[in-house]
Amino acid sequence: MFTNKNRILSIALIAVVAAFITSCVQSLNTEPLDDDVLTSASVYETPEDYRQVLAKLYAGFAATGQRGPAGDADIQGIDEGFSSYIRQYFTAQVIPTDEAVIAWSDPGLPAFNTQSWGAANDFVMGMYSRIYYEIALTNEFIRNAKGKDSEVIQGYLAEARFLRALSYWHALDLYGGGIPFVTEEDGVGAYLPEPADAATIFSFIESELKAIESQLPAPQQNEYGRADRAAAWTLLAKLYLNAEVYLGEDGAHYTEAITYAKKVIDQGGYTLESNYADLFLADNHTANGIIFPITFDGVHTKTYGGTNFIIHAAIGGSMDATNFGVDGGWAGLRVTPEFVAKFDLANDSRAMFYTNGQTLEIDDIKEFTNGYAVTKWKNITSTGEPGKVPAFADTDFPMFRLADVYLMYAEAILQGGQGGSKAEALQLVNDIRERAYGGASGNITMAELTLEFIMDERARELYWEGHRRTDLIRFGKFIDDYKWAWKGGTQEGSATHKRYKLYPIPASEINSNPNLTQNPGY
Amino acid sequence: MPIKKLLITSCLIVGMAVPGLAQITVSGTVTDATDGQTLPGVNVVVKGNPTMGTATNRNGFYSISVPSAEDTLIFSFVGYLSREVPIQGRANIDVSLSRNVQQLEDVVVIGYGTQEIEDNTGAVTAVSAADFNEGAITSVGELFRGKAAGIIVTSNSGAPGSGATIRIRGGSSLSASNAPLYVVDGVPLSGGTIDGMRNPLNTINPSDIASISILKDASATAIYGSRASNGVIIITTKEGSAGQPFSITYTGKASYQTVVNHLDVLSANELRTVIENKFGENGAQYLGNASTDWQDRIYQNAFSQDHNISASGSIDKLKLPYRVSFGFAGNSGILRTSQMNRLTGSIALNPTFFNDQLKVDINLRGMQVKNQFANKGAIGSAVRFDPTQPVMVDTTGAPFGGYYTWVNASGQRIPIAPANPVALLEQTDDQSTVYRSIGNVKFDYAMPFVPNLSATLNLGYDYSKVGNGLYLVPESAAFADNGSTATGTRREYDQTKENELLDFYLNYSKELSSIESTLDFTGGYSWEHHYSRGSAYATNFDRADTTVVYQDTDYETEYYLVSFFGRVNYAFKDKYLLTATLRQDGTSRFSPESRWGLFPSAAFAWKIHQEPFMQGIEGLTQLKLRLGYGVTGQQRIGQGDYPYLGLYTYSEPTAQYQFGDEFVTTLRPEGYNANLKWEETTTYNIGLDYGILNDRIYGSIDAYYRETTDLLNVIPVPAGTNFTNRVLSNVGTLEVKGLEFNIVGRLISSKNTYWEVGLNASHNVNKITKLTTVTDPDYVGVETGGIAGGTGNSIQIHSVGYPRNSFYVYEQVYDANGNPIEGLYVDRNDDGIINESDKYRYKDPAADLTLGISSRFEYRNWDASFSGRAKIGNYVYNNVASDNAYFGDLLYSQFTRNALTSITETSFYNAQYHSDYYIENASFFRMDNITVGYTFNNLLEGTRSLRVSATVQNVFVITEYSGLDPEVFGGIDNNIYPRPRTFVLGLSLNL
Repeated sequence: MFTNKNRILSIALIAVVAAFITSCVQSLNTEPLDDDVLTSASVYETPEDYRQVLAKLYAGFAATGQRGPAGDADIQGIDEGFSSYIRQYFTAQVIPTDEAVIAWSDPGLPAFNTQSWGAANDFVMGMYSRIYYEIALTNEFIRNAKGKDSEVIQGYLAEARFLRALSYWHALDLYGGGIPFVTEEDGVGAYLPEPADAATIFSFIESELKAIESQLPAPQQNEYGRADRAAAWTLLAKLYLNAEVYLGEDGAHYTEAITYAKKVIDQGGYTLESNYADLFLADNHTANGIIFPITFDGVHTKTYGGTNFIIHAAIGGSMDATNFGVDGGWAGLRVTPEFVAKFDLANDSRAMFYTNGQTLEIDDIKEFTNGYAVTKWKNITSTGEPGKVPAFADTDFPMFRLADVYLMYAEAILQGGQGGSKAEALQLVNDIRERAYGGASGNITMAELTLEFIMDERARELYWEGHRRTDLIRFGKFIDDYKWAWKGGTQEGSATHKRYKLYPIPASEINSNPNLTQNPGY
Repeated sequence: MPIKKLLITSCLIVGMAVPGLAQITVSGTVTDATDGQTLPGVNVVVKGNPTMGTATNRNGFYSISVPSAEDTLIFSFVGYLSREVPIQGRANIDVSLSRNVQQLEDVVVIGYGTQEIEDNTGAVTAVSAADFNEGAITSVGELFRGKAAGIIVTSNSGAPGSGATIRIRGGSSLSASNAPLYVVDGVPLSGGTIDGMRNPLNTINPSDIASISILKDASATAIYGSRASNGVIIITTKEGSAGQPFSITYTGKASYQTVVNHLDVLSANELRTVIENKFGENGAQYLGNASTDWQDRIYQNAFSQDHNISASGSIDKLKLPYRVSFGFAGNSGILRTSQMNRLTGSIALNPTFFNDQLKVDINLRGMQVKNQFANKGAIGSAVRFDPTQPVMVDTTGAPFGGYYTWVNASGQRIPIAPANPVALLEQTDDQSTVYRSIGNVKFDYAMPFVPNLSATLNLGYDYSKVGNGLYLVPESAAFADNGSTATGTRREYDQTKENELLDFYLNYSKELSSIESTLDFTGGYSWEHHYSRGSAYATNFDRADTTVVYQDTDYETEYYLVSFFGRVNYAFKDKYLLTATLRQDGTSRFSPESRWGLFPSAAFAWKIHQEPFMQGIEGLTQLKLRLGYGVTGQQRIGQGDYPYLGLYTYSEPTAQYQFGDEFVTTLRPEGYNANLKWEETTTYNIGLDYGILNDRIYGSIDAYYRETTDLLNVIPVPAGTNFTNRVLSNVGTLEVKGLEFNIVGRLISSKNTYWEVGLNASHNVNKITKLTTVTDPDYVGVETGGIAGGTGNSIQIHSVGYPRNSFYVYEQVYDANGNPIEGLYVDRNDDGIINESDKYRYKDPAADLTLGISSRFEYRNWDASFSGRAKIGNYVYNNVASDNAYFGDLLYSQFTRNALTSITETSFYNAQYHSDYYIENASFFRMDNITVGYTFNNLLEGTRSLRVSATVQNVFVITEYSGLDPEVFGGIDNNIYPRPRTFVLGLSLNL
């Protein structure tokens, strides 16, 4: 039975197999094959690579993932549409105030109507996760861009630092001191970040913005959608204006607020858009006075969040979605009667309410027809054309705009800040009023220019743009001293616990990072 | 391969028989006692003179010359009980052979080899073709549904060609796959789905399957290492055998699928009354005048057919046994527009060379499936759509293709209104053609220079390709698609998967008679490469004028698996059996630090019945104690092939960002866990195989304990430390305990009558014992089980101390009449407010007890069988009811919706998604299959046998569950494609 043929066959077989084994253990070292997938080692080569990562840093505020509108989400544990930065920001800054109620009973959402959220709330987690997602992205970019020769890349780096400062400001404003502090010096992976107090976060934001001030392009000199010097100034002004809230009574920085507001006003070259309504339309990228937008597009930046959410959620009842350039309403958002009362409904063009079939009072939050609806945001252009597609809005979200800076200037002057004049403040406020009233009929006198007036004027000018909660807290009106429908869970409104001035650190975060302490009262 | 060895040996004996010495000739036909089919290739020898013999021809006919009319003939055939028949002077002797039900599986296919079942030490269930369920079956899992303890097969839906979810002992993972590993003729199939195909296992035509081995415990599966935690299903396909006469078999089935029942929704008149009472003219203004039964309009009774033809034989000159088969199945679904046509073909060649020292097995199988998928959105829509509205609008030139559609004042479709169910079906064209081929070439070489040493090389492949995946929705569609209206969708996709395998192993077996021992050693190496790529491109429907890109993706990925494995079987005195296996797996999916894993197992079996002290017990054929231990892994973690690498991904054209006038494609860093590794499952098994009354009654009992550690769980990461907020980590522990019992009784076994009843029962409980790195009593767990209704709602939770997927709900408060009070829940933590902290864990979807019963009765040429299953203690969340039965849902601004009739029982105004009212006991008994058959022998000249049969599948269900079907995998009932009741006529012809 033993033949040479057999032997050769056997030996050949074993030899081939042995060689194969040796070489094939090596095959375990794989690299991604997909040319759409890069490793961190190969991604940062050309300035174009950096530009695409930079685009993601911006898109972190607009898109919810790598596939629009949904399907490849950035963050988990919450519906992808909910996870939009702007949608979360709107939910955190607008819904708990007199500016809005929302009808839906999605998990965690109703608590925002009544200021009754807890640490396990999905939206509390969603906002926090989105902010720190953005911080982690910017840190990664900064880590890689630091020290690169290219001037272009250094320019991108400054923008990344601006975006990080912006997110840290949001974190500070919403969650207070005691939040984790991570920079490009910290790596990626298994470690537990240490918390920093409010003063540390504050001075980090301040020093970062000052450091990049000169590196950012002059106002309006960057491409549309990207941050310039005026964006950094506006953020500094906002940080300083709220400094007392963040740092305590000794922390006031009104003079600095005036300094940076003035830079925007004097050096920005911005003018107020003549038609207020044009600031919130599908072609608002052509509107004047928008300092820093988050851009959306019905074809290229599709999301169920952002302005697309604001527009759809505001439509219900007998409203015709066609008039808003969209395919239908989600029947969610309305305003409280207390908010409506701030307007001279007949004359103030900013009072953009839909009342047909809507009651002023809100007997039932879940009923869309309870409470006036708002027609401010639309997916219609200034010439009346619908946006590109009816399902997703083209409308950009003006994160910072000139009227806000005017009002910040005026408020800082009234708070005793130095470096400006009350006369200029009055002039700037009346500029806003003239636009709203279509003439001088709504102008105010020096005597009428009070902090109380500024607070209400900010509501009238900036409602549904994500400022209200911060403003009410700064004016001491968020938890007590001022009641509106369903605040505290009662229709007439009731005071709430002071813990609600800050959102709790999400329970999931407290669980995963033992270095952190929960905010007081939660 | 003892079966083949036996055949080869017996055929050799036949070949050596010397005719001519005979004085008389005896002839006759040998048939199967069970179904009367003639049996070709049966050995017929003269007792006491084994060189004198023959085999039956392809008609089962034999003719043998015997020395004396007083001799006795022995008829023997693999898988049948041998019979000795005294000639007693007769010239014509027809013989029927009974299947040896147990002996049929006397050899069991295990990983990298086969084993005599009586020497097996692990928990292995073997099911052979004779025991398969009959009827219109396209998926492998349904062949053995209800036949094996501890194995739960849930058909995914009633869609044609849809798959079945198979869980062996309940699975051992939380977030990773719980699907078993499938091995076809030694080629492990890659897990995961194939785009454009309902069920990847459809590739294998059930009529080509010879046997299925289900490896349940770790001592049996551990040789498959890192993929073995959820059990292994080994499929062996049919092949020809040496000396076998040429035969052709045709089987054909025609089946008629009927819709069993509809959900009880309000009729047009009932809805009108409810709307008028609740909302007055406000609501009534939207009602129409039609009376449409929407469910009736989307379902149909459907006809399907299935034809298989196979030819097998042996070209003896070339020592080339062969089998070829060809199959066609054309299935229509009961949901209109669903259709599947499948062509399958296979070739098996089993030549031997060098005096049988080299044995080659070649298997090639190919398949083409053409799918037409129905838009399943129609199922839910048919429940919700207002029955007072017509299907079509009468006016000519009506928009939306004439389908009735809810529109606003401007005539635009209302996106949140239900879509016309008929339009969903008719205006969606979703089709694909999938090709797949699986094959292997196996060389078994008996090494000539070392006795008892053989080498095996198995080269295999598994390629699949989606030819033309196409999804079309026209611009005139009456429903939103891809988030867009008025532009429609045109989506093209393709996918290619290429998997290759190389196994090389040596086997050495030696009988050491001096120490009454036998030793069998297998050691080898395995290499696998799994590659896939695909792309999808979706735009608006009409690309002629403008093209708006919704999706433009492609991907390409691969992983490798390299393994070394060994097994030792040691038997002492043929009474004490010891098996030990060891596998070292390396996967490219994990970092070099954690990529190698070692998976050992050991098992011991004691054939108690062989002991002298047991010899006196009458009729005891088997009493074997088995003890097993093993560690297995799980690397199908659902996180892609590079979860440990920091990767960047490009955005699609729909998620770009505007810089100036340009929309820039973005690059996103992905979250990752560099320390990720596989889950490890340790299993302990104790079992007893028994056979009494001369195997009239036999079966087994098994008990097991299984613990999975390093369980993959998606946990929150400390904020700012990763490019995601949750990352997959190895943190949890899951315990599974179970008991299995299996008994088969041959109640009658006489000349004309045979009756066998099989019963199996299994009990399985699981408990999560750890979920986080640091034990935190406040950690509620991981919410899971997304439901329909609202956004982001889930109903289940993985919590420490509870079974996985426990329902996480509020405790409903009821009024004096036992009706639920809307919005009123028990304040379980007594803090005066009802909030998230009052939710509790109430029941889970896993059954406490699973039962299977099957019976086969034969009388002369008649046979009748049934199989049924029961599950007891499984709970289902009735999402259909929770989402479609509350008054607030009936009227929206500008449109109305329908509801279930149960709306009058709850009277809820708002949805109460998280009420435990909707957690229902879904225990059931389902009669899966009843078959009656009759076999004609030699009906026509040239035919061996013809069997006709009639089968009813899904005969009836006994349950208290209020929804359509209590059998819901995962425990959330949300409008599954209903399972039809199927009537099948079958015909099987042997030539």
